[in-house]
Amino acid sequence: MGKFEKKSAESDPTISLTAMPDIIFMLLIFFMVTTVLREVTLQVQVNYTRAENIEKIEQKRLVSYIYVGPEKLGGNQLGSTKIQIDDSIIEDVGAVQQLMYDKLQEEPKIIVSLRVHDETEFGIVTDIQEELRDAGTLRLNYSTQQEQ
Amino acid sequence: MFDNKRDREDPEIGGAGMADIAFLLLIFFLLVTTIDVDTGIGLQLPPAPEENQEPPPIKERNLLNILVNSQGMVLMDEEPTPVNQVKQKVKEFVTNRGKNPELSDSPDKAIVSIKTDRETPYNVYIDMLDEVMGAYAELRNQGAQSEFGVSYEQLEEGSEQQQAIKDMYPKKISIAEPNQ
Repeated sequence: MGKFEKKSAESDPTISLTAMPDIIFMLLIFFMVTTVLREVTLQVQVNYTRAENIEKIEQKRLVSYIYVGPEKLGGNQLGSTKIQIDDSIIEDVGAVQQLMYDKLQEEPKIIVSLRVHDETEFGIVTDIQEELRDAGTLRLNYSTQQEQ
Repeated sequence: MFDNKRDREDPEIGGAGMADIAFLLLIFFLLVTTIDVDTGIGLQLPPAPEENQEPPPIKERNLLNILVNSQGMVLMDEEPTPVNQVKQKVKEFVTNRGKNPELSDSPDKAIVSIKTDRETPYNVYIDMLDEVMGAYAELRNQGAQSEFGVSYEQLEEGSEQQQAIKDMYPKKISIAEPNQ
């Protein structure tokens, strides 16, 4: 017994904290690298549809989003169906082509992710697809969530 | 006198605050990080048609027409079909290999053509597309199992084996312009 007591009395109970900033910095760098900062503020309502056979988009930096859904108005009201690219609402479908063509020039391997409200009529999506074909952005992804 | 002053100066910067600064940054990045990955149904659009170009001739038997109307009802080759049976029918159509004269010659010639109305709800279209994708996923899985003894997901991305399976069951999905 006496031997144990002596040992515990001798050892220093404090843990050295000098390595703590290193650990924190390591975590920090990890999160800095994985963060995608720019998320747009949605001006249209989008409820995702669900599907079973979905694939993951690994390279998030290639993705460009097009949001389609009823416009959010004040006081929880929803307006007519609109298209949103980046932070602005596109009134005319014809403008999609030029916008996406510019993006294609910047990123030749662009993937267009369509985030469409589940109750939208499909006609507007076809219009967008026609524009995308004309713009030459042919890789498409219908954003859906995993079916439970 | 100068020498004396230099001796008294402490040249070190306190390192204790470093952890706090790092924590602050860490918390900021923790909050703004979105870990969830994007998921969705991938599709490759056909290139824009050249002007006055005739569409290539396709044999009627190699074409599976899927029509989705504004009520969300599905018609496959003139036959009303519930959405949950689309997968089975697509598989039958693709793997026919010339047996039934109504269905496709071979998997690499089979084309699934999807046509909708402008008023078709988006979620019905996605459900239907999901079924078609599911049919191809199962076929590719079967192909990978019989050829290489592993599932399709286990094949390395971009490898020759994966390409072989892709060539075996190419996803040829065409989206027709909707009726006005």
